[in-house]
Amino acid sequence: MKLSLGPLQYFWTREQVLAFYRQASEWPLDIIYLGETVCSKRRELGTRDWIALAEELSDVGREIVLSGLSLLEAESELGALQRLVRNGRFTVEANDMSAVQLCRENGVRFVGGPTLNIYNARTLQLLREDGLYRLVLGVEHGRELLRALDEQTRAGGESLPELEIIGWGRLPLAYSARCFTARALDVAKDQCGFRCIEHPDGLPLATREDQPFLTINGIQIQSNDVFDLCPELPELDKAGIDILRLYPQVGGMASIIDYFDAARRGEPPVARRGVRNGYWEGGAGMNLSSQ
Amino acid sequence: MQLVCPAGNLPALMAAVDNGADAIYVGFRDQTNARAFPGLNFSDVDLTRGIAYAHQHQRKVYLALNTYPESARIGEWHSAVDRAADIGVSAIIAADMAVLDYAARRHSDLARHLSVQGSATTQAALRYYHERFGIVRAVLPRVLSLQQVERLCAASPVPLEVFAFGSLCIMVEGRCQLSSYVTGASPNRHGVCSPARFVEWQEQDDGSRTVRLNGVLIDRYVEGEAAGYPTVCKGRFDVGGEVFHALEEPTSLNTLSLLPQLARAGVVALKVEGRQRGAAYVASVAKVWRRAIDEHQASAENWSPRPAWQDELSGHAEGHQTTLGPYHRSWH
Repeated sequence: MKLSLGPLQYFWTREQVLAFYRQASEWPLDIIYLGETVCSKRRELGTRDWIALAEELSDVGREIVLSGLSLLEAESELGALQRLVRNGRFTVEANDMSAVQLCRENGVRFVGGPTLNIYNARTLQLLREDGLYRLVLGVEHGRELLRALDEQTRAGGESLPELEIIGWGRLPLAYSARCFTARALDVAKDQCGFRCIEHPDGLPLATREDQPFLTINGIQIQSNDVFDLCPELPELDKAGIDILRLYPQVGGMASIIDYFDAARRGEPPVARRGVRNGYWEGGAGMNLSSQ
Repeated sequence: MQLVCPAGNLPALMAAVDNGADAIYVGFRDQTNARAFPGLNFSDVDLTRGIAYAHQHQRKVYLALNTYPESARIGEWHSAVDRAADIGVSAIIAADMAVLDYAARRHSDLARHLSVQGSATTQAALRYYHERFGIVRAVLPRVLSLQQVERLCAASPVPLEVFAFGSLCIMVEGRCQLSSYVTGASPNRHGVCSPARFVEWQEQDDGSRTVRLNGVLIDRYVEGEAAGYPTVCKGRFDVGGEVFHALEEPTSLNTLSLLPQLARAGVVALKVEGRQRGAAYVASVAKVWRRAIDEHQASAENWSPRPAWQDELSGHAEGHQTTLGPYHRSWH
């Protein structure tokens, strides 16, 4: 089982980002995803900076993938994505069909990101024709969906590409044109002042009876719970998962990576550190028993 | 500009035709479309009748096949495409690549529109669906500003349809798992957001009401306070100690005042949301928009939205509130 560091979903200062990835270069990771996937206004690191960081990190023997935006609205964002795709060295995680098309046009292989809506074998096959070499399963995917995807792919005489699943982190659940951080802080999106930088793990949202529920992260909504598939590692392995994706968070990342690394090396199981992911079991993603 | 209206049953389809819709979009009575509510949608017999009625009046019927089939169930979507072609709809509106691909291969003459659920917001994404599956139209997600819509119209390989009126999804369509996260029933796969079987209203002793989705408190209303349908995005929540509509108020999209700009941009069709609403809604909304479009076409220079039209439309809006939504930068 390989471990990947998913793209940073939050907005951190340039210094924080660079310090984080300096540490990451020493962690037992196989793959590191780099790039801004949420909001194009976040420019502590621009496209060129991410590519420079990719070059630096690839020298320490990790596979580096450049991740693109999940929601594109302006022509300028498409231009930035084009520069990412044409970096000439690294593959790209396509988080929108815009990136798929640009990869296809430029003959660049790509990772299908979790927002692409790949629910069946034929869709996956079409994207493989376009250059997909790895699939990050969408958040709703559990064991049954995966089994059916595998069976149908085999029935067509093919096998699944490399499979990656979100193993650790808050689940990305929704994207909007609206910035919910700006809304919560009562500022306009066009004059947001990049205030999401004040919330390096997102802004918690609770129900009116104080049940922690969601996390606001700019234009993205995430779960409040941090999900953890580490205890399921042997089952994931059998189900054909090749890579566990661990999403960056502001504190304790080194110890989380050690926790997963120990599990994949077959060390005795330890107690689950995050929350059980209901989607894997085929139910609601949210852990409803904690109410 | 074409006026595309929703119909959840045969009377609504006829009302749309009678009140000036150029095209009516419908769904089958199963999970192949994104309004899979119990008791809603068309049997094959009703659809055949509806198409006959529409064709008598030189109108078109489109079929929404815009959910995402999982591997084990793809046969249902294939069969829905076959039935749509046999019954003679003018186009299917689809999002999933396998569905579009199947339709393109098996029924190449059947026009294919990219659904809003396909989440295509750029010329590159639109090129993909055009080159790969020969789509002839795309419906844009409700995320772009007016200026972005104008630019996309100029650059798109296919004509564009936009939402003009109705309930407002504030998330990128096809990319919202909020309801799925709470209930396990997926809008993408099962075609319904906040399924009624997970919704629970409770009246308290003080006359207030709470509404829960699979046990999660979405909102609480004091006695007499208007309550919306409990989707996660329209509930009130606590962020930083303040309770408010953290994602969106219960409000509906109304772009009537933007009609001249949308026409100038080259938008080919205006879509009204609401297959889950009844014939009276469809009749009233279609009538207003028909008059607005016709008067604009007759005299674009002198056109302005009439207050009576806006009043009528507001009467159908969630919480009686309307917004220009993402078309207007201040909404973002």
